[in-house]
Amino acid sequence: MGDIVYLHRVAKRYPGGHDALSDVTLTLEQGEMAFLTGHSGAGKSTLMKLIALIERPTRGQVVINNQNISQVRRSQVAKFRRNVGVIFQNFNLLNDRTVFDNVALPLVIRGETRDTIARRVRAALDTVGLLDKERLYPIVLSGGEQQRVGIARAIVAKPPLILADEPTGNLDPELSAEIMALFRRFNEVGVSLLIATHDVELIRSLPYREIQLKGGHIADRATAAPYEQPA
Amino acid sequence: MIAEYFNRHAQTLVFTLGRLYRRPVATALTTLVIGITLALPAGLHLLVNNVNAVGYSWEGSLNASLFLADSISEKDGHMLASDIRSRSTVRGTSYISRQQALEEFRALSGFGEALELLDENPLPAVVIVRFKTTQSADAIDATMRELSDLPGVVQAKLDQQWLDRLFAILATVERAAVIIAALLAIAVILTVGNTIRLDIENRRDEIIIMKLVGASDAFVRRPFLYTGFWYGFIGGIAALILLGIAVALMAGPAGKLAALYQSSFVIRGLGFVSSVGLLGIGILLGWFGAAWTVARHLGAIVPR
Repeated sequence: MGDIVYLHRVAKRYPGGHDALSDVTLTLEQGEMAFLTGHSGAGKSTLMKLIALIERPTRGQVVINNQNISQVRRSQVAKFRRNVGVIFQNFNLLNDRTVFDNVALPLVIRGETRDTIARRVRAALDTVGLLDKERLYPIVLSGGEQQRVGIARAIVAKPPLILADEPTGNLDPELSAEIMALFRRFNEVGVSLLIATHDVELIRSLPYREIQLKGGHIADRATAAPYEQPA
Repeated sequence: MIAEYFNRHAQTLVFTLGRLYRRPVATALTTLVIGITLALPAGLHLLVNNVNAVGYSWEGSLNASLFLADSISEKDGHMLASDIRSRSTVRGTSYISRQQALEEFRALSGFGEALELLDENPLPAVVIVRFKTTQSADAIDATMRELSDLPGVVQAKLDQQWLDRLFAILATVERAAVIIAALLAIAVILTVGNTIRLDIENRRDEIIIMKLVGASDAFVRRPFLYTGFWYGFIGGIAALILLGIAVALMAGPAGKLAALYQSSFVIRGLGFVSSVGLLGIGILLGWFGAAWTVARHLGAIVPR
């Protein structure tokens, strides 16, 4: 019950017969931060999509935050997604809205009051160091800043789980290190994070579990569950 | 909770208006098309109403025209008119001599020059008979028969006939207006629908992003519905302005026409209730067009 993500023998076959995932079993503990690595085509994106309920598994069980997603009906998907903050490689910001409005979006969707929205958006922007840019439009920001807007949007509603799909894919090493530092800070306050990346250089130096996917499988079974804590 | 709900809808309302305002040309074109489409049937309705009003104002004063033989002298004609005036069903009469008829025709018809070509005046003298308004149709019919048998009267014609025809024509036009209105209502729905469809296409990425961060279908749908609302509302305003201009342009000629018939008729605009009604219909059609399009297209846009 301490798992925030639990996949049991999950397979995903796309229409047309391409097997993106076959027989994947893995767990992410509550409050854990882990990396998902592998070459492109290894199934990282598919795995992320299954967890964010963008795709449904062909076989197997996916349990997120103690909720089996096979029981989440189409009409409940929106509500389910509010428990998962998603960060994208291409940022996915709304370019005709200000930084403030972008970050506010998850709260607006939840129907929060104006005061709550203003308070929490500023707190999130403060966390990512963009408090002075709230009135700007995303286009005028640098790539690193845009990604931090995306991160602020993912954390503003305080979801228990954050998914990041190649969050540093479009950033230079220095900015990537900054983003990683941010993720570590979230993790320190109890947020679970699953970060898909191919930036092996960046993560090998960090003390987090690496789950490597290879051709739709988990390459090393030992990485499928949290490391046993030394007694 | 309820205050929040209304607050949120009010915010969407303002937000969508702002979005339209930032694309002034596209918005103006779309709303003008809707405005013209709404103004056409409303204008037809106005026309029918106005002509109806003229008809009713004449219905109370029932007239007959007695066309006299050319052999009847002006003096005899005057006498005939005063004879008829003494009948119990008649309120009054007036005699129009051939010369007067000619002058009137010249002034009103615009064919005055054509008359110059004729050797003699082709118009007969006329006795106009005004009936008392309290008379029954049978009494008037009886009187008409007697009048047509009077010596010197070539033809007796009740002016009611053309009124009956007018009302019949108006009823036909009104029915046509209803059919045209129904077709144009569909046109408004299609116009709004197509505009919203393009809007949805342009906002595909935005819709996907919103769904990814947990927006419900209702949340994604709302701005498009309110955009439809605004198209209908602004289109309705445009229609009212167009009708106002049309009425202003018509007022001069219509007033002249009324003066020729000694009528105090003044062309009437749509009035407050009908104006609100037109706006309401515009809003309804806009909203429906948006809802219909959103139902067809929004579901297909899902994150991949």
